[in-house]
Amino acid sequence: MASVASVIAGGGDVVTTVDGAVGVVRINRPDVLNALSYGVMQSIVEAFEKYDRDPDIRAILLTGDERAFAAGADIKELENATVVEMASSQQMERWDRIRKVSKPIVAAVSGFALGGGCELAMCCDLIIASETAIFGQPEISIGVMPGAGGTQRLTRAVGKAVAMDMVLTGRRLDAKEALSHGLVSRVVPVELYFDEAMKAAHAIAAQAPVAARMAKEGVSRALDMSLETGLAYERRLFYLLFGTEDQKEGMAAFREKRKPEYKGK
Amino acid sequence: MAETATETKEDELLSSTENGVLTLTLNRPQVLNSLTHGMMKGIRKTFKKAASDPAVRVIVLTGSGRAFCAGADLGDLKKMYEAGEAPPLGEELRKYFNPMVREIRATEKPVIAVVNGLAAGAGASLALACDLKICVPSAKFISAFIQVGLIPDSGFSHMLTHTLGLGLALEHAWTAKPITASRAEQFGMVNRVVAVEDLEHELDDLIQSLVRVPAKAVGLTKRLLTASMDKEFDAQLEYEAQIQEILGRTEDHLEGVNAFLESRKPKFTGN
Repeated sequence: MASVASVIAGGGDVVTTVDGAVGVVRINRPDVLNALSYGVMQSIVEAFEKYDRDPDIRAILLTGDERAFAAGADIKELENATVVEMASSQQMERWDRIRKVSKPIVAAVSGFALGGGCELAMCCDLIIASETAIFGQPEISIGVMPGAGGTQRLTRAVGKAVAMDMVLTGRRLDAKEALSHGLVSRVVPVELYFDEAMKAAHAIAAQAPVAARMAKEGVSRALDMSLETGLAYERRLFYLLFGTEDQKEGMAAFREKRKPEYKGK
Repeated sequence: MAETATETKEDELLSSTENGVLTLTLNRPQVLNSLTHGMMKGIRKTFKKAASDPAVRVIVLTGSGRAFCAGADLGDLKKMYEAGEAPPLGEELRKYFNPMVREIRATEKPVIAVVNGLAAGAGASLALACDLKICVPSAKFISAFIQVGLIPDSGFSHMLTHTLGLGLALEHAWTAKPITASRAEQFGMVNRVVAVEDLEHELDDLIQSLVRVPAKAVGLTKRLLTASMDKEFDAQLEYEAQIQEILGRTEDHLEGVNAFLESRKPKFTGN
């Protein structure tokens, strides 16, 4: 199993470990259901960026614990904020930095993924959920609305009908609903969600790294482009891969019926 | 009609734990143990707590006096009926009845209903929501709902169709003709009918067979079989593989196999 490689800023609120080529980031504030304070967000972003630069890491896994992935923002930090403070804080820029991480990110979600927690899960490239996972954007019930992509990513994931219901009434989705609405990729028993996510992360890490990054970019961009533009963009990414050694290796290994050995080149 | 009660009065729901068995007794015999809001909240809370309490291996639910449970107590709704107002029945179910039967189904420990007499309306739903049902010969199930212009609720409709099939379920729901203990046994609605004098002994036997086997496997068997009710065959095969993977890592599995290989009795710890 993974060994603790480093405990980074935030007083152990975010723990990073490395398992083979998978960089693991665990939110560790169990006493507050992993509420996302500014410090926690900063640590997550820094961990992601560190893994993104590390050539030995090929996939990233983000998780919380069994009771909560993350139950939302730290309300204490927000309650008395002014418009100017909100607009000039770097909080939202941190979220933008997550979007720029080029390596695939898997979220292992159990328990509450509410508000900022749901938005954080949606920032990841795929979500593996436990049967006990609960997703929601309940911000409306405290007089605000989602502010870290909740209205945008949720709508793209589940469609307008379900997104409006969640954002306007605060309705939560259980894991089964989240799966049927396309918010999560897989649902497994709570005892297995971390292993299943780790399996998915290792499956990604076993692929040609440049291809995995390009594939992530292609799917991510699909939601922003017209089909015409998206197809042209995809084609360019696809052609680009023929300039990599790993493409030659992958196809040679297929022909020779052996396992490919990718170098990330 | 019974008096109004919204909080659990201490004596209307009796609970005791002994040798790993939590016994929960509906205790309003003077009104055939009809369910108040307080009792339903109490049942839910007790199950929730028992679910994570390693000292509880089996839960037994029964009624005191001659009935198991005659269904819902009118409670606060009584005033509305008397005033000629439409009661918020949907809300009533969502708030009290449904969470109660859901909690019973979600508790990953064996739940045994000892149906000691009449189980009518939501009382029948409550009995049938339990995993195993042992009846005395005088027990009977009545879907009394139609007589007051309602449909079988609190899961009753689901359990009726799943045990009786559509035709018999409809007949029972429409006619409200009692299902006797022996007929319930014949249909597999209940596990067995036991003479009153044998009840204690039979129940104890059943409990002993449930506490002898590994607790985690017992719990996950409930999760697995409950899930099969709304899963297709292929999805269920995959679910079996996932659950088996979990159990393959337990100490009790290792102990069970090694005890078998060494021809000795296994000593299970629940881990």
